[in-house]
Order: sequence, then C-alpha cells, then structure tokens
Amino acid sequence: MAALFRMEGVTKHFGGVRALEDARLECGQGRIHAVLGENGAGKSTLIKVMAGVVRPDAGTLELGGAPISLDGPSAALRAGIVSVFQELSLLPDLTVADNLFVNSAPTRLGIVDRRAQRRLAEEALARVGAADIHPLTPVRDLPLSRRQLVEIAKALARKPRILVLDEATSALTAADAAVVFRVLRQLRQEGLAIVYISHRMHEVEELADDCTVYRNGHHVATFQAGSKRPNEIIEMMIGREVESVFPPRPPLRPAGKPALAVRDLGWAGRLKKIDFSLRPGEVVGLGGLDGQGQRELLLALFGALIGVTGTVEIDGKPVSLSSPRSSGQAGIALIPEDRKTEGLMLPMSVRDNLSFAALDRLGRLGIIDRKAEASAVGEAVELLQIRCDGTDGPVAALSGGNQQKVVIGKWLLTRPRIVLLNDPTRGIDVGTKQELYQLLRSLADAGTAILFYSTDYVELIGCCDRVLILHDGEVLRTLEGDAMTERNIVASAHDLALDAAVGEGAG
Amino acid sequence: MSEPTLASVSDAGAAGSVSPRGAGWRRDLAHHLSAQRGVLVALGLFVSMFALFVGEHPAGFSSNVINTAANKGALLAFVAMAQTIPVITSGLDLSVGMVFVLTNCLASRLMVGEPLPTALGVVAVLGTGLACGALNGALVVLGRLQPIIVTLATGSIYFGGALWLRPAPGGSVNEPFADFMTGSLAGGVPFSVVLLAAAVLFFWVPYRRSLIGRAAYAIGSSEQAAFMSGVSIGRAKLLAYVMSGLFSSLAGLLLTCLTYSGEANAFLGGGYTLNSIAAVVVGGTSLFGGSGGAVGSIFGAFVLRTIGDLLFVFDMDPLWQPLFLGAVLLFSVGLSSLRLLRVKSRLDLFR
Repeated sequence: MAALFRMEGVTKHFGGVRALEDARLECGQGRIHAVLGENGAGKSTLIKVMAGVVRPDAGTLELGGAPISLDGPSAALRAGIVSVFQELSLLPDLTVADNLFVNSAPTRLGIVDRRAQRRLAEEALARVGAADIHPLTPVRDLPLSRRQLVEIAKALARKPRILVLDEATSALTAADAAVVFRVLRQLRQEGLAIVYISHRMHEVEELADDCTVYRNGHHVATFQAGSKRPNEIIEMMIGREVESVFPPRPPLRPAGKPALAVRDLGWAGRLKKIDFSLRPGEVVGLGGLDGQGQRELLLALFGALIGVTGTVEIDGKPVSLSSPRSSGQAGIALIPEDRKTEGLMLPMSVRDNLSFAALDRLGRLGIIDRKAEASAVGEAVELLQIRCDGTDGPVAALSGGNQQKVVIGKWLLTRPRIVLLNDPTRGIDVGTKQELYQLLRSLADAGTAILFYSTDYVELIGCCDRVLILHDGEVLRTLEGDAMTERNIVASAHDLALDAAVGEGAG
Repeated sequence: MSEPTLASVSDAGAAGSVSPRGAGWRRDLAHHLSAQRGVLVALGLFVSMFALFVGEHPAGFSSNVINTAANKGALLAFVAMAQTIPVITSGLDLSVGMVFVLTNCLASRLMVGEPLPTALGVVAVLGTGLACGALNGALVVLGRLQPIIVTLATGSIYFGGALWLRPAPGGSVNEPFADFMTGSLAGGVPFSVVLLAAAVLFFWVPYRRSLIGRAAYAIGSSEQAAFMSGVSIGRAKLLAYVMSGLFSSLAGLLLTCLTYSGEANAFLGGGYTLNSIAAVVVGGTSLFGGSGGAVGSIFGAFVLRTIGDLLFVFDMDPLWQPLFLGAVLLFSVGLSSLRLLRVKSRLDLFR
C-alpha cells in the first residue's frame, strides 16, 4: 500500500514531559485509520503535529512520497490536511456561512460574493445532514452538537486530501453521527485518507480499515481492523505495570451517615440524574473518559454552575450551593484543575495564597490577625511539606508540585468536611504525587470525605475506595473492591461489558 | 443506504436558532436585523434625541442648525470609526485622538495656496495618518505588544510631532476648499455627512466585506480559533491599525477646515480618544471584539454630540453634559451585557 501520508520518528517533549516518542503513522488513500489510546497516550499531540499546530522536536513527515514541513495551521491546510478538533475552531460571533468559508469565501474584486457563499454554505451543510441550520445564524446561538456538525462541514468545504477527526462525533446525537459516518464512507470511496480518533469502540469497529494503538506517547501496534478482539485492543492500550506507590487502604469500610448525599443532580443536559453519596473517611474516585461530565459535577457541587437541578444534602441537611462562597461555608473545598488560573494568585506570596480562603476564620472585624495567620500558614507548610524559601516569596517561584501543595493547603486551612479534587496530579512529579496520595489517605482517616477525579486510572485504583464511572454526564457504573481493575475501568469508560470473572460493586 | 432522519428532530435544544430550509426572506431579514441590533439601537437613540433637539431649537429645522450639528458630529464620528476597527480585533487604539491632532497641525501648514499644493497637502495629511497607523500595527504585530500600551506610547510621540509642527496655535488653510468641506450642498445636505457616507461606502463597506475584514472579526471573536482556521492574523491586525490611522487623519483634515488653523492641544486629543471609545460602545461594538461595526460608531458619535446640543436648547447648564454622557454610556453597556443572563457556568462570567 502506497501511503499518502507518512510520519516517522516523531518526538515531542513539553518541558520535561514526553508527549510523543518515536511516533509513526501511515495513512493510505481511500482508508479510514483509527488511532486508539488512553487519556494522555499522545493521540492529541500526534494530530496536532499533522495539523501544523505543534512542531515536533525530531522526525520526518511525508506527503505523497515527498518530505513536507508543516510550520503552521495554514501550511497544513494548504497541503490539504484538514483537522476537526475536539476544542472547536469555530468563531462564535460570526455567522455559520462566514465560519464555513472564513478565509476561502468566493470573492469578486476582493469583495466576498455573499450570494455564492450562501449557496456553497447551504450545500456544505446539507452534505452533513444539517440543512436545517440557517447559514446566517451566529455560531454562538447554536447548541454544541450543531456546532460540531458545522465544524465537520467546514472541514469538508476545504476539500481535504487528508481529513483528521479528533473525537469529532463525541457531542453528536446518534442520528447525526449516522449521517456523518455515511459521509465518511463516501469520502473514503472518493479516495480521501481519513484519520479517526474516537473513544467509542463500536464506532471504530464500524468505520475503520486500519487501527493504530498508542500508549504513553509510544506507538504500540498497527493492525487491520477486525483482526483483533476489543479486549485485546484494550490490553494493548493499558499494558503497563501498576507501581505500588499508594498507601495501604484501611481494611474496614467506614460506616455511618453520608457526609454528602447527591440526588438526581442535573445541569444543562451535560449532567443527568446523578445519585451518589460520600461517607466521612471515604475516598471516592470519578473515572471514565475525559470530558464525560466529571469536571462539571465537581463545579456543580462547588456552586460554580447556574441552573443545577436536584438536591444536595450535607450531613443529612439539604443545602443550596449557589456560589463557591456558600459551598465553602458549607464545608466543601475544591482543588481546581488549572492551578495557575483557578487555584493561585501567582504574583502574590505563598503566605497570602495559603491563607486567602480561610481569612474569615483568621481575622476579626475584617482585620487579619497576623499571628493566627502565621501559625496557620506554618502548620500548612509543615503538614504538606511545602518546600519554599520562607512564605514571603511569590508562589510563582515554586515548582509545579509545590504550587499544587499550596493550592491544597489553601483549602485545608478552611477545615473542609468534603474535599473535591479535579485531576490534581497532572503535570507534577512522581515524588510529589506519592506525598499527595499519603495526604489524601490521612485526610480521609481524619474523617474527611473525598471526591477525587483523575484522568489516570492507575491513580484511581490505588487511592480510592470506590470509583464512579461517568459516561455522557451519567453515572454508568460504580466499581469497588476487586472489580476496581484498570481493565474494568477502561472497558466501562468505552461502554463495553465487564470481565466475566468479576461483577459490579453495589452502588 | 437509508435516508437520514431529519437531524433537527432529535435535537430539541436547537429549536429557535435553526429552521427548516426555505423559510424565505422573512427569516433572512430576522437574522440581518438581529446582527444589526447595535446599530439600530444607536440609530433610534440618535433619531429621537435629534428630533427633540430640532423641535426645541428656536430656529427649527434650518440648514444652518443641521450643518453645525453635522460638522461637530462628523469630527467625533471619524475618530470613532478609527477606533472601531482595532476594537473589532479586540484591541484598542489610544492614539486616535493624537493622530487627529497631529494631522490637524500638519494640514494647517500644508493645505494652503493654489489648488495643486492644497491637493498635495491633502494627500500628505492622509498619508501621515496611514503611516501612524502602520507604525501602531507593526509594533502590535511584530513586537507582539499589547495594543493599549503601544498606542499610549505612540500617541504621545504623535503629539510630540504635533507640538513640533505647531508650537503655538495658528496656521492657515485654503479657505474656499475649507468652506466647501464644511458647507452644505444644494438641498441643505451638509458636506461633512456626504464625506462620512463616502468613507463608509468606499472604505468601510469594502473592508467589511473583504476576507481581510472578516479576519479582523475572526481574530476578535477567538484569536486561537482564527489561527487554527488558517487566518493570517498579522496582516489583518496590521491593516486594522492602518485603517484606523486613515480615519483619524480624515477627522484631522475636517477639523482644520472648520477652524482654519492648527493647534497641538493635548486636552482635545485625549478627549477625542476617550469619547471615541464611548461612541464605539454606544454604537453597539463590543470591547471584547468580534462584533459591531463602524456605522454604529457613527451614530454613537452623533448621540454623544447631541447630548450637548440638547442641554443647550433646554437651557441647562453645560456642566450637566458629563453626567448625561455617563448615563447614556451606562445604558448602552447595560444593553450589551444582557447576554450574561444566559450564562450557565459562573466561571464563564470571567472569560
């Protein structure tokens, strides 16, 4: 098979983190090539290289047998490589028609021929089964699933030779996805090379001709679709040993009344009918694929979302979580996802950052009690073993791991009863991770209830007493005890049946 | 292969913003109107205020009253047009008032004498505006500096140039030319309004409808998405500031024709810069970028200018003017933040 596009030996590091190592990929004309892998396996970096967004540190790209360098998105587009990204590349203030042909509209004497553009837009929309979208609607006014169709229509309107789809159907309804699949098959017949990334295993089975599995930034295997069973593929996606960096789990399950009880929680169609409870001393994990509503659930509990339905009880009493402030007063703390924007005030001192959320407690009549503040801050530095040169320097000067400790310390000073963590170990070193795992367990032992979202399945298994698997905004399954294996988490996340040997835990 | 089911049926959330195809011109019109809402609000505000002004004016709807109002409004309208384009790219141009003053001083030296030297003077004045804009744009694009601080600095430089050209107020201008520019045509149409219409027709509309003009909106809407779509961001930003310089120099030219002289007045330049931002907002352009347009800014400028006129005809102390200006500004901004009522995540309020 003569490959239309070939990538070889591609390596990319971000700071100290290796995103891709010696990656390769070949796509042939008239083939649909599925790229599979866990969260953080390097798939996204791979296609960003193809789209010219990320420039690789090493490696070669070839198009039609000739080497090519893609030094920007426009270079990739000129070469006929068109990508549909997860993060939509649409311009919210512009109309659908203007978006579809943002820099390729038909012009006469330099002026956009709006009538011709309108006609082309209607054709492009009709092609993906979205003829009901009015071309003059601003994209801002479309719901997410419609925007995704516009995004696909935009890609097709560029007449690609290679079409790259990254989770392009994740927000689509089944009916819309079916139309898109039909278009993809037709494009395959027309000789396009299609690279398809999806977490939905049945889509891959339905569409793909070839499959490539990535893991930890490495190429694992490339094989013909249908030549391996789904379970074998999942094996390839996991394929690593679990290091025992985790503190031992207490043998006895904590009993007693739940600290937090959530009933029928919903929000804006992205969280649906969520029911669960957290007991004091329990660490409960949130698993599943990235972006299935885990973040939204944490934000809802922290009072950052508007229009949340359902009831939340803390210690058996219904509470209204209408703002982060009221959640904080109810005893809930959130360790946010992005410490640099949501967790810290980078130019301010370590001390100011640590004491900020707890100032209510550390002052009287609006005046900060410096002595109480100093002792509380000292305790936090001690407890979390934050390595810093005094507490007066800016928090920006600390390493990533120590910054994350400051974020956690800041919320511990409010003495929360319930701690929500949003992927707290991302981008920090193994040593600090271990310290955090220890800390979580000792907090739990002291009676705190912990809800822990992580994109790292190994971490969930190592730290948690139970894991809730979210899928499309719903709790799909609860895994506990022996059922909490990586294989089961991955299988659940892909909405496949569990291993026959182990059953589901009780909710 | 089976026919696809109509996708919209399964997507209840889409109701209201999408429709079956072929619903016709009525739906197109609704979309066009909603896209022009900002302009229409500013137009409505201006028309009602101006009607009140003319109705109360002792001289009534006379050519003289209209012409004076038009000339005053046109100055701010040109500067507001200049401000609009950088704002659309989610930038800001704090040098517009200073380019206005600089070109005024230059015109008071060059737009004199015979018709030919006067014409060359006009070309030089407009060329200077273009050059100032090009410098702003180059610093923003090549230096990757924040527009607000770049234009604060260059504005100061341009004012220095104005002082150098006109250390003391004075100079002169080709008076027949000046009188033509600020007079009325047959039928009482002020020439300054014709000039504004020409600027819209020959500069703004082609720009708005070109791919590079669309790129300006794309950048203001989401620079990252624009980059990912292959939009050439540098060129579009550069042109935005160049257009800004051109419109500012048109205002400087008109000022010279009104006053027959030039003056390096820092207070005037600063005031016009701030009022231009106000006019842009009243005209329905979002300071976040990506929406709005220069036509709205023209009406926004006339709204602001009419406030002073209204106080005059109602015999109120001109000291009230800042108060009313602030109230109109807050009202306009309030209208544009109505969308926040639809926000679902409090975190989005900060984005």
